[in-house]
Amino acid sequence: MSDSMTVKPAGLHNAKVMNRFALTQRLVAQLKHDEAVIGGIGNTNFDLWGAGQRPQNFYMLGSMGLTIPIALGVAIAQPDRHVVALEGDGSLLMELGCLATVAVQAPKNLTIVVWDNGVYQITGSQPTASQKTADLVAIARGSGLANSNWAADEDEFDRMFGKAIQGGGPTLIAARIDNQPGVGKTDRDPVQIRVNFMRGIGARK
Amino acid sequence: MTDTPTTSWHAIVLDCLKANNIKLVVYVPDRVLTPLIDALHKDDFFTVFACTREEEAIGVVTGAWMGGMRSAVLMQTSGFATLPNALASLVVPSQIPALMFISERGTLGEFNLGQAMVCKTMRPVLDSLGIENHTITRQDELEFILDRSMKQAFATQAPAAFILSPLLTGGKVFSK
Repeated sequence: MSDSMTVKPAGLHNAKVMNRFALTQRLVAQLKHDEAVIGGIGNTNFDLWGAGQRPQNFYMLGSMGLTIPIALGVAIAQPDRHVVALEGDGSLLMELGCLATVAVQAPKNLTIVVWDNGVYQITGSQPTASQKTADLVAIARGSGLANSNWAADEDEFDRMFGKAIQGGGPTLIAARIDNQPGVGKTDRDPVQIRVNFMRGIGARK
Repeated sequence: MTDTPTTSWHAIVLDCLKANNIKLVVYVPDRVLTPLIDALHKDDFFTVFACTREEEAIGVVTGAWMGGMRSAVLMQTSGFATLPNALASLVVPSQIPALMFISERGTLGEFNLGQAMVCKTMRPVLDSLGIENHTITRQDELEFILDRSMKQAFATQAPAAFILSPLLTGGKVFSK
């Protein structure tokens, strides 16, 4: 079957392919109220690390797929703090049910950002289901997250993210990204990462 | 029987959760746990909801703990079998006091071979990860085990598993 027969997700058509590290830097620059950020496994959290090690960042070193559930837990525990989950397409595809759970709980203080490059980049860039067929925004909407959209370009990403962290969510923003590797190199010390994060969000003195 | 307990196992579990300020309970449902789940939903002290998978619930519990809220997960034996990666790569290395209530299937009258097989993997997995676990068979020991173990979990920042035996809960009874 030729490529022309492949159904392309409508939402992907006009979205510009951007750079994850550049978008991560733009995103972090908008954080002014000690928002918590949960960085998903792999290049997602390498770029978060590279964008500056805020005390309110949690870097996942394993447990692929659990970024959004962890963020949901933080959001429930601290309803007055905004929480941002950064997740890749492969990781999200592993745990799609969490989108439905978030929609049911509907935390106003949760923003989900999905970096979609259509590949399992860190394992050798094997294709994910989102490369040609699965539309992660459509899946999110179908899961009940009505406020889910593709960012058309950097400026729109900035506007969407800035609005999302005002609250009123949950919100999901998806960005098509290129295949550039992650910039930072997260320290592999899970306890230190957890304790820093708990202090950063005031759960630990 | 004249020595019928005046309270139920699930009322004791609920009281222990409350006494230890565990406000968030997430679960993947189970027939045996239904009276506990129903009672939790009716009690305004608790935030209670279902997750689509047990590992998702473990993620929520991890986030809640890091945010300063105590929480617990309810599941059945087969659900526990989906958890080794989440436990080995998140809960154990990060030192998260995740409390797991597991209703025991696969023994004492099980009819489903799959449940019987997966039950055999549960304690070896818990032991190999060094996770404190107790199989609770007697209602008169339930409060002691739960209350002490919850306090230990939070004090030592370590997960704990409570395996609720059919001897305690009555298990799942099949007509044929």
